[in-house]
Amino acid sequence: MAQESDDVLRAAQDWATAGRGVALATVVETWGSAPRPAGSHLAIDDSGNFLGSVSGGCVEGAVVEEAQQVIADGRARTLEFGVADETAWRVGLSCGGRIRVHVERLDT
Amino acid sequence: MKLATLAALNAERAARRPAVLVSDIEGGGERLVKAAEAGGDPLAADVAEALRSGRAASVERDGKRHFLNPHLPPPRLLAVGAVHITQALAPMASIAGFDVVVLDPRTAFATPERFAGVRVVAEWPDEFLAREPLDAFTAVALVTHDPKIDDPALERALRAGCFYVGALGSRKTHAKRLERMTAKGFDETTLARIRAPIGLPIGAASPAEIAVAVLAEAVGALRRKPDVAAAAAA
Repeated sequence: MAQESDDVLRAAQDWATAGRGVALATVVETWGSAPRPAGSHLAIDDSGNFLGSVSGGCVEGAVVEEAQQVIADGRARTLEFGVADETAWRVGLSCGGRIRVHVERLDT
Repeated sequence: MKLATLAALNAERAARRPAVLVSDIEGGGERLVKAAEAGGDPLAADVAEALRSGRAASVERDGKRHFLNPHLPPPRLLAVGAVHITQALAPMASIAGFDVVVLDPRTAFATPERFAGVRVVAEWPDEFLAREPLDAFTAVALVTHDPKIDDPALERALRAGCFYVGALGSRKTHAKRLERMTAKGFDETTLARIRAPIGLPIGAASPAEIAVAVLAEAVGALRRKPDVAAAAAA
């Protein structure tokens, strides 16, 4: 989904170049009626600023939170959200879909 | 992900060149495969499929999972003719996600006042398109009614493999256009790609309604014929 991730990837590059800690989250798999297709991006910096979307607003909060850990320790993580998952329910992915989101740090 | 890889990807995207990011989700690491180099990649077939479909996907090869994320240039719309139809088409196409350029050498038509917020270029197609060439991710709508302006753009659109080429005019006008293009050496298969009369047949009556028909036809060409990227990579 190149069209919609334009600013996100550019911003991630700019943030990292400016010396900020940056993580990039990518939807790597979807099942059912997931709101954003695989390949969608969310860029997060070490102050919790973010740009883009992996779920149309449902789970971004949780991803941003997890991204802080990724930026801190550099270990990539894959998160799964879905209606069957209690966490996902809590964070609001009630739209009936399930998604897997890969979060990794941008390393210079 | 390495910042250098992201920077290289962003450079390809800025230049409107398709590329695929291939990541090893479990083990870490990634590589950027530019469309021009796709044939030599170890996952050449999967990369080609990603470029063709435009969809990100995971594949398992030799016991490893790879995530392929294609980055295709955003669709562009070149409207040749700063006419009434274009005044409706340009803003609607922008909303639909197209990068819009309105081109018309007639300075009385191609004014910023008539096209607020849209890129308007008052030049002849040959001048402008020599500088900013057409590509397979561009839709071209020819709406001037004037062969002096439309034809040079049409020739370039056909040669560049633009994913949509629509031309305004009656069947009679179009028959004459086909004669001129045949004389230029275009074969029947290529000429059959021209959508004329322009726009989906919705019985459009006003310029704005014609614009709806043209935009819908262009979106259909973009979404229902996913071989755009393959043409660009070839």
